Amino acid sequence: MIDLPVASMDVKDFWFSLPLIVTVSLVYAATRHELMGPILSHAVRIGVWIVGFMMIVLAVLLTISWFT
Amino acid sequence: MPNELESEQEIKIDLKNPALAGVLAWLIPGLGHFYQGRTAKGIVFFVCILSTFAYGVYLGGSSEWGWGRVVYASWRPNHRRLPFLCQIGVGLPAMPALLEAQRAANGKEPLFGGFMAPPKPIGDPNAGRRLAALAKQPTLDDLHSTLCRYFDLGTTYTMVAGLLNVLAIYDACCGPVFTESRREEEEENETPDDSGKSA
Repeated sequence: MIDLPVASMDVKDFWFSLPLIVTVSLVYAATRHELMGPILSHAVRIGVWIVGFMMIVLAVLLTISWFT
Repeated sequence: MPNELESEQEIKIDLKNPALAGVLAWLIPGLGHFYQGRTAKGIVFFVCILSTFAYGVYLGGSSEWGWGRVVYASWRPNHRRLPFLCQIGVGLPAMPALLEAQRAANGKEPLFGGFMAPPKPIGDPNAGRRLAALAKQPTLDDLHSTLCRYFDLGTTYTMVAGLLNVLAIYDACCGPVFTESRREEEEENETPDDSGKSA
């Protein structure tokens, strides 16, 4: 049986992604707007998009590891 | 929200000397924006990028081997530290790695207790004076066995910080990037005016 890294990963390691998501969202949004209002709202949208994308990838990997 | 976008489009950004702003933004994240008077964005870049880099430096260290072990420069044929190409994007905060690498190449011992010093080269016939200079430093195997996954996490954090500063440098040189939707909004706003003039 192939043990995929995601299956053996400690769930608390996912918290390491949170600061990266926050900073990447803020910096990316700040390069597309000049005022703080649009920056923050754009950052929230990007952050949600990143989390959603990562959840989909996680679900796919967990599904693959479940079948193997 | 549309009002904010409209008011944002009306802002005239004085980039002053874009090349100088870009260099300043590279040296210290946010410094180029402070120079241009774009203080709020300067604070965002300064806090976000430097805190990410600092956290990566913290993760990639230990009380046993010292801090900042994930940021080091090495360009020997059998150990090219490619992540440093991203890490150097943060500018001055990553410069001690270049200084330590240069000292090691000249056969001098690292400064600051090995902060950002390259690991001891093992089994490398071309190591030369580096081997003596880095004799007290941990090997790459030591770092991996001590730090485990934190070595990779620290490397990732510092790399992301460097890459994010590339975006900040571009913003300091050229201003905010217009998204496609905002371009369309601008074109839509311009079209009625043009038709009005022609009529």
